[in-house]
Amino acid sequence: MNTIVSFESFSFKYRGSTFYALRDVDLEIHEGDFILLTGPSGCGKSTLLRSINGLIPHFYEGEYTGRVIVMGHEVSKSSTYELARYVGMVFQDPENQLFSSTVEREIAFGLENLGLPKEEMEKRIDNALKVLKIEDLRYRSPYELSGGQQQKVAIASVIVMEPKVLILDEPTANLDPLSALELFELLSELNRKLDITIIIVEHRLELITSFINRVILMDRGRIVADGIPEEVFLEDKSRLTGIGVPKVINIYVQLSNQGIELGKPPRTPSELASRIRELLRGSKSEGYRG
Amino acid sequence: MKVIEVEDLHFSYDGITEVLKGINLVIEEGEIVAIMGENGAGKTTLIKHFNGILKPTRGSVRVLGLDTKAVPVSRLARNVGLIFQNPDHQIFAETVEEEIAFALKNLGFEEDYIRERVEWALKFMRLEKYRKSNPFTLSGGEKKRLTIASVLAYDPKIIVFDEPTIGQEYFHKCRLADFIKYLSSEGKTVIVVTHDVEFVAEHFPRTVVMANGRIVADGDTRDVLTDLEITKKARLIPPQSTQCAWLLKDLGVPERIILDSELTESIISIFKRFNRH
Repeated sequence: MNTIVSFESFSFKYRGSTFYALRDVDLEIHEGDFILLTGPSGCGKSTLLRSINGLIPHFYEGEYTGRVIVMGHEVSKSSTYELARYVGMVFQDPENQLFSSTVEREIAFGLENLGLPKEEMEKRIDNALKVLKIEDLRYRSPYELSGGQQQKVAIASVIVMEPKVLILDEPTANLDPLSALELFELLSELNRKLDITIIIVEHRLELITSFINRVILMDRGRIVADGIPEEVFLEDKSRLTGIGVPKVINIYVQLSNQGIELGKPPRTPSELASRIRELLRGSKSEGYRG
Repeated sequence: MKVIEVEDLHFSYDGITEVLKGINLVIEEGEIVAIMGENGAGKTTLIKHFNGILKPTRGSVRVLGLDTKAVPVSRLARNVGLIFQNPDHQIFAETVEEEIAFALKNLGFEEDYIRERVEWALKFMRLEKYRKSNPFTLSGGEKKRLTIASVLAYDPKIIVFDEPTIGQEYFHKCRLADFIKYLSSEGKTVIVVTHDVEFVAEHFPRTVVMANGRIVADGDTRDVLTDLEITKKARLIPPQSTQCAWLLKDLGVPERIILDSELTESIISIFKRFNRH
């Protein structure tokens, strides 16, 4: 597995702040990862994201020690412009990110700065609209779109740059559950089909767990757990920092405490239901044999 | 006592498209009510009628017996605290402390009382260590807590939250839930607009569901969340325990489960039954 982003003994303290937002972070992110970054508010999640696309230290100043490396480039020594070719960022509130009169122009904006031939630009725009399934919005104004549609436009305008890494800071905060789920499905497609590495900060654990391959849990500026979702959610630490776990994991643990062992922890209600069914079938057949 | 009475409320921002299409709703003192529904259903437009920021195009809204068309917003503000979804739209002071004191000063309270309430609110929302910080240096979740602190500080009778659980981890959600229950026990009325179905299932006895400017369901939370028709119409995703219960219906799991503990109990009893045979 290729390492695409790495943090080496990295610490950061915002100017004017009294404490370190990130402390001794060592982390390797691999190509193709779909990572959920979680932890209590103020734990350093957004700071970690900003350290990947260069907002830290180029926009937010402060005490910076250690290194962050993206695709072989040291972030502190590369311009945000240069980094934008590898890392795309999507924020919580799409309104802050959209400013053009049509969706098409919004998506073209970043490309124009790359100096690509016209045909190549057209091709990329067509493709971004297609991948995000928003071809029908091409000539609409971003402002008259719903929150879910706006967020898709924001992602399209980042995807068109063909980044290797996509970082998202609570992109579904303003979306209703089904729109959020749709967005996660799209991200999962980008991850699988275009091989884009995704790092997302998200509180909707119930909805996102089935799409990710890795969870990084942070607390007070440090990484306190890192692994596959079921394992991280079963660690005591995740309870201690109070982020909560998906309800299906709660139910799995409660059943286990009562002696009902379902084996591998479930990620979705349907997985939970089928584990319960399998175990019942098992105990029934044992009963027959006995 | 009825604290909110909405009668055949119609509302349009532009005079052409109706955003609210005939809302009828009565909320009693001390109730805890969740309002759910997809983006654009009209939830935020409805709650903006509760403190008179918006006035009905047709129909009426009465708050604590006062017709919102007849009284100024300032008269309602003392009694109705609205806490909006995006904290950046609500925060403007230089420090966290000043932010909390702002509304108290505006409402003309005495210095001593203001100081006491600010301390209480800082402590309650665990923001003491940020008292001198600029609100814009806070994280998203902390800002949200600050806007809650600013409203709770002046002790309104009706508290309306727009999406309070966004960006909040489980721990703060639990604290919020405890606090909502405490407020209700003190006779406060709490209305919460939210997409967080698990939060509603665990803590709200009554749920109102909106779709396309209308109320499509209003009743016992369990009835509402386990009604497949309603959840479809309003694009709600039922709690995970409900989804699982529906999949295990044939094994005798009740369809009206909305809590983890209820599902666990039901599964345990099924296993016990199997083991006896």
